[in-house]
Amino acid sequence: MNEAIKTFTISIYTENNIGLLNRISAIFQRRHINIESLTTSQSEIEGVNRFVIVVNITESQAKKIIGQIQKQVEAIRAYYHTDEETIFTESCMFKIKSDLLFEEPQIQNIIKDSDTRIVTVNKEFFVLEKSGRRHEIENLRKALSAFGIMQFVRSGRIAVTKEEMKITEMLLAFNNQ
Amino acid sequence: MKETQTLETKKNSERSTERICGSEAVIKCLIAEGVDVLYGYPGGAIMPVYDELFKYQDQIHHVLTRHEQGAAHAAQGYARISGRVGVAMATSGPGATNLITGIADAQIDSTPLVCITGQVPSHLLGSDAFQETDIVGISTPVTKWNHQVTRAEDIPEVIAKAFYIAKSGRPGPVLIDITKNAQFGELDFKYEKCTGVRSYIPVPKTAPESLQAAADLINRAKKPMIVWGQGIILGEAEAELKAVIEKAGIPAAWTIMGASAIPTSHPLNVGMVGMHGNYAPNVLTNECDVLIAIGMRFDDRVTGDLNTYAKQAKVIHFEIDPAEVDKNVKTDVAVLGDAKASLQALLPLLNENSHTDWLQEFRKLYDIEFEKVIKHDITPTKEGLTMGEVLREINKQSGGNAAIVSDVGQHQMIACRYSEFNKTKSNITSGGLGTMGFALPAAMGAKMAEPERDVVAIIGDGGFQMNIQELGTIFQTQIPVKIVVLNNEFLGMVRQWQQLFFDKRYASTEMTNPDFITIAKGYHLETKRVTKREELAGAVEEMMASEGAYFLEVCVEKEDNVFPMIPSGASVSDIRLS
Repeated sequence: MNEAIKTFTISIYTENNIGLLNRISAIFQRRHINIESLTTSQSEIEGVNRFVIVVNITESQAKKIIGQIQKQVEAIRAYYHTDEETIFTESCMFKIKSDLLFEEPQIQNIIKDSDTRIVTVNKEFFVLEKSGRRHEIENLRKALSAFGIMQFVRSGRIAVTKEEMKITEMLLAFNNQ
Repeated sequence: MKETQTLETKKNSERSTERICGSEAVIKCLIAEGVDVLYGYPGGAIMPVYDELFKYQDQIHHVLTRHEQGAAHAAQGYARISGRVGVAMATSGPGATNLITGIADAQIDSTPLVCITGQVPSHLLGSDAFQETDIVGISTPVTKWNHQVTRAEDIPEVIAKAFYIAKSGRPGPVLIDITKNAQFGELDFKYEKCTGVRSYIPVPKTAPESLQAAADLINRAKKPMIVWGQGIILGEAEAELKAVIEKAGIPAAWTIMGASAIPTSHPLNVGMVGMHGNYAPNVLTNECDVLIAIGMRFDDRVTGDLNTYAKQAKVIHFEIDPAEVDKNVKTDVAVLGDAKASLQALLPLLNENSHTDWLQEFRKLYDIEFEKVIKHDITPTKEGLTMGEVLREINKQSGGNAAIVSDVGQHQMIACRYSEFNKTKSNITSGGLGTMGFALPAAMGAKMAEPERDVVAIIGDGGFQMNIQELGTIFQTQIPVKIVVLNNEFLGMVRQWQQLFFDKRYASTEMTNPDFITIAKGYHLETKRVTKREELAGAVEEMMASEGAYFLEVCVEKEDNVFPMIPSGASVSDIRLS
């Protein structure tokens, strides 16, 4: 009976309207589910937004949540996927004292080895940016924290699915009705 | 309309529009949607709309309730008896928040409502202005859709969308919040009804193979049982359901929200399921081989313990809302779509059958329930009056043709169990939310929507005092509703639970009540109080015969309990008769 809790990426195509974030997050809140990360942006279709939400839940919970999201008037379509079914990434930024870049040569090696990009450098600080999986970002954070990090920030997950999303066809079908 | 045409001719413009202000547009939209009556309460942020209502009072009737909650419930009563969209209006801040209970009730009971609230001018939004509240934020979880309008020119499109969304598919409440500047602002008015929203699929497509699979299961079943819900009423599928149960000879039970879709006297109507439902359909839920759920959502008050609910049965679920499928009960066959169309398509696929032996099992259990519960409820021999005998008397006098609007609690269960219904849309009650205070305002709305029908509100002494102020609306608007208060001087259902599960610790359930008759007389209602059995029939007869509003108080036995009962969390087969 006890279903396994897994990480699911929930993708929601929506109209771009005020208040929709509230409406969607309320569905998780009602069921006492913590949102691990949430990203919203323009999708591949002009005027259609895409939410990418990461949650740790059971598959039957995921199905019920998808149903309740999809019935929201302004939600066009919602899907859930496992990590295996998506290509996903996160990105992060570090702000570090500039002195360290010259005093701690190890930092330069870390930057090189981890494929991290230097966004800007000035007299006081420099800023690093990296995209990747969570463990890569965590490894980088651990490596850099030995030297002192002034600021660290990590984005929510962004993901595309391996399966085709037929949103455009769906919207076209509506227009042709 | 005439005025509009004249204006248009005067303008001699190619566009069929006219220049009006947002508040007038609100009223013109309502009229265009066929709204004849709305319920509300004025206040600062909605005053421009009220000013227009004054001008249009020959075309649209605004009923001033005594509280915004009353307005929302009245709109619900209007919608539930008629199938039309109920409309409620309130000002910003407290006016808007007072609507929330009614909106939440409409959401969980799928009632089409459009609620219009005034809002502070847009330049003050978010500034904690006087009577500002984030009503769009507050109402989000309890509305099917909501929207804030900040520009006059958006009003017609948004209101058209509101009516379309409220009524289509699985109905529900919509809230439109209109800032004061949008009400004052001008627009070129043109109204087009909404016929679709691209992100919204009101009725999912029915897969023909799901219908065939359902028919196959039903045709092979030895002990099929139907449980129908409000979906039959909302989908106007009463005749289709009747045809299906008659052709296939399937015993059919109902949820509280489905009551009255098929007459209570129909031989295949086997009663109500759920916590205080009938013995037979509850027990036999766990003996049927195919359970056919139609337009119902397996509420926990219906299923009891899910782990022991109909585990032996194949489950077929006819449902308009895909989110309800497998939400609580795992189905074997889901037939998505509109109940009317699905049942129409199902009928020719079904074999004729009678299931006589199976039906006999329902009758046997009914007889047990009759002996142990029903006869003591409706024809008591003990001294105190029972709620059941009051319902029996109302049935007798109304001939089963009245709409019964019940509040929440013991009297509600008794009203749903014992009311005789000949007509659909006759059981108006707060099912999902269990909102005490619902019945009095809902009865007003119901009576105004269907003035030809007798509308009888059955209310407990607790719930009556939750919206007692609406007696003022009934008096001012002269709404001829029949109000029956079954007074046991207790919050009876809570007291029953305290007796059964909390060792009779009657914490805060005893009511010291005012003289209800004096209060009703204060509103100039015809009144009667019944304390003895011999007075009952005459009083009910007088009430049903009266032309105007009538207030009847019946002082019933203080500590009666409602049985049968499935204790919370128990299995439907563990239903108790005492």
